Amino acid sequence: MKHVLESVESQFEMFQILNEDGEVVNKDDMPNLSDDELKELMRRMVYTRILDQRSIALNRQGRLGFYAPTAGQEASQLGSHFALEKDDFILPGYRDVPQLIWHGLPLYQAFLFSKGHFHGNQMPEGVHALPPQIIIGAQYVQAAGVGLGLKMRGKKAVAITYTGDGGTSQGDFYEGMNFAGAYGAHNIFIVQNNGFAISVPREKQTAAKTLAQKAVAAGIEGLQVDGMDVLAVYAATKHARERAIAGEGPMLIETITYRYGPHTMAGDDPTRYRSADLDSEWEKKDPLVRFRKFLEGKNLWSEEAENEVIDKAKEDIKEAIKKADQYPKQKVTDFISNMFETLPNNLVEQMEEYKAKESK
Amino acid sequence: MAQMTMIQAITDALRVELKKDENVLVFGEDVGQNGGVFRATEGLQKEFGEDRVFDTPLAESGIGGLAIGLALQGYRPVPEIQFFGFVYEVIDSISGQMARMRYRSGGTQTAPITVRSPFGGGVHTPELHADSLEGLMAQQPGLKVVIPSTPYDAKGLLISAIRDNDPVIYLEHMKLYRSFRGEVPEGEYTIEIGKADVKREGKDVTIVTYGAMVHASLKAAEELEKNGIDVEVIDLRTVSPIDMETILESVKKTNRVVVVQEAQRQAGIAANVVAEIQERAILHLEAPVLRVTAPDTVYPFSEAEEVWLPNYNDIIEKVNTVVNF
Repeated sequence: MKHVLESVESQFEMFQILNEDGEVVNKDDMPNLSDDELKELMRRMVYTRILDQRSIALNRQGRLGFYAPTAGQEASQLGSHFALEKDDFILPGYRDVPQLIWHGLPLYQAFLFSKGHFHGNQMPEGVHALPPQIIIGAQYVQAAGVGLGLKMRGKKAVAITYTGDGGTSQGDFYEGMNFAGAYGAHNIFIVQNNGFAISVPREKQTAAKTLAQKAVAAGIEGLQVDGMDVLAVYAATKHARERAIAGEGPMLIETITYRYGPHTMAGDDPTRYRSADLDSEWEKKDPLVRFRKFLEGKNLWSEEAENEVIDKAKEDIKEAIKKADQYPKQKVTDFISNMFETLPNNLVEQMEEYKAKESK
Repeated sequence: MAQMTMIQAITDALRVELKKDENVLVFGEDVGQNGGVFRATEGLQKEFGEDRVFDTPLAESGIGGLAIGLALQGYRPVPEIQFFGFVYEVIDSISGQMARMRYRSGGTQTAPITVRSPFGGGVHTPELHADSLEGLMAQQPGLKVVIPSTPYDAKGLLISAIRDNDPVIYLEHMKLYRSFRGEVPEGEYTIEIGKADVKREGKDVTIVTYGAMVHASLKAAEELEKNGIDVEVIDLRTVSPIDMETILESVKKTNRVVVVQEAQRQAGIAANVVAEIQERAILHLEAPVLRVTAPDTVYPFSEAEEVWLPNYNDIIEKVNTVVNF
């Protein structure tokens, strides 16, 4: 009888390129990004941090609805997205709105999603993505289908899906990876491990030492990455994408990260389950601070550059929220129209009923 | 015209659609090499290849999710849930996800998926194989639910389901798979989803039913004819949406109705039919609309199926009640 758990778990080490001080600790895996690309990555993280701050404020003013804060997770979200191409298909969780925006969902539509308007879920032509999934893990099984479809169509593209640490406890998490593995589908599975599933700490989700090792059971590669290190997340995702397209199988990437804010803006109070000490410990690892130091060391970033991004973000947000506010209100007849290609008789009747009501 | 069993008609429909549209994919547990536990997919993998007809890992939720993802890549998936009692494992993928795809995406994404699954009592299966769960499906907006009762209907309805651009739950009563043969045209033909069929014309009482109970009702009608009661039997064929037009036309003729279902009594299809009739035709009724259903218990252990399932004697009794009211 041979016990293998300890030796398997011990092989899952956290992949890192930049340390907390923005110093390169892993030259070998340094991604080949141009100066412009590096700046663009920083620009996106700053922009998204401002978007998060403004979204929280707009929510408090009652101008936005459902909102899951993103600050702290920018490297995980945007680093992974930066490794994608336009043809790649995103199956996001509800916190993954930034990836949709950078994939092409206009900002005003992201706001409409938050406000609870279906136009927020209407991906523009050429934006390959589903609207954010609410059921934890459901996107994992769907991703396997998209990934298999991409493989069968012979496309050089992947399906990438996101969940959190809590999501790894769902059956669909395993089923999705297992199906994708069995079919050699074009998939990247990302787990943004921010330490808490609403209030339940990561340690209470599973006896597994890492979440990345859950890939082993599905027979696919798993990697744990420093989710506050945007270069590490980018490099890992890029690698996973190349492998998937080359037919080498799907990959699970666990990013170790933290959300500074509450679970959502619907009344969650993180002080009930997290200490201020823990918050400040993680703020020291901040993905923006770290990457800014790295870029400043290369003379690629300045306060001026940062302010320019902040101003642009604020301006865009102002315009987008205005556009979202002015967007036509939803009617019951819109909902009826969107149920089926051809309305069955019961809905034909109900359509008449609501048309009459709405014309009053 | 060929004489086929219902299972042969189903295989034939799958073959027709696999041949016609290269985006049609057939998959599920044991559907590939083995041809399905009931042989519904017999020979299809050999004919169309492993890319079109394939086995899946044993996980119903995964099968549902796979179907959704493939649909998003332009395929027309026809997944099989090996027994419909296993639907609880995939209810999120079906009701929570594919049924809502068109709606939640504001009409920009669709799920043209046909979920095929055997169900129904009388063949002595273990627990959670035989349950009639069509009522659960019918309550979910966004799904169409089809239940054929003859080989001819089975083929035409399955072809329509596969061509439908919205999700269809297509339920196959196990008792009917091989119990009789019927005429089935070769090649393609469709039967409109949402249209009932008058399986027997009559002027005294209308029986509204579907699935295996169509045959119990037809048998009851023969018996009742001996006593001078002329029964009309309407086979719903689609239990969501319900074809009220056909039902109301019959009600206005007979003025007496019995609704028959194999499922338990509470909620469900029969209750819905009764509610619709009384809202739309109460002044045409000479008697209350009665139901023949199974009792509101969990589906019975297989040795006791016969004492639990509604049968033609139960139907005769209720028809006599509405006639003598």
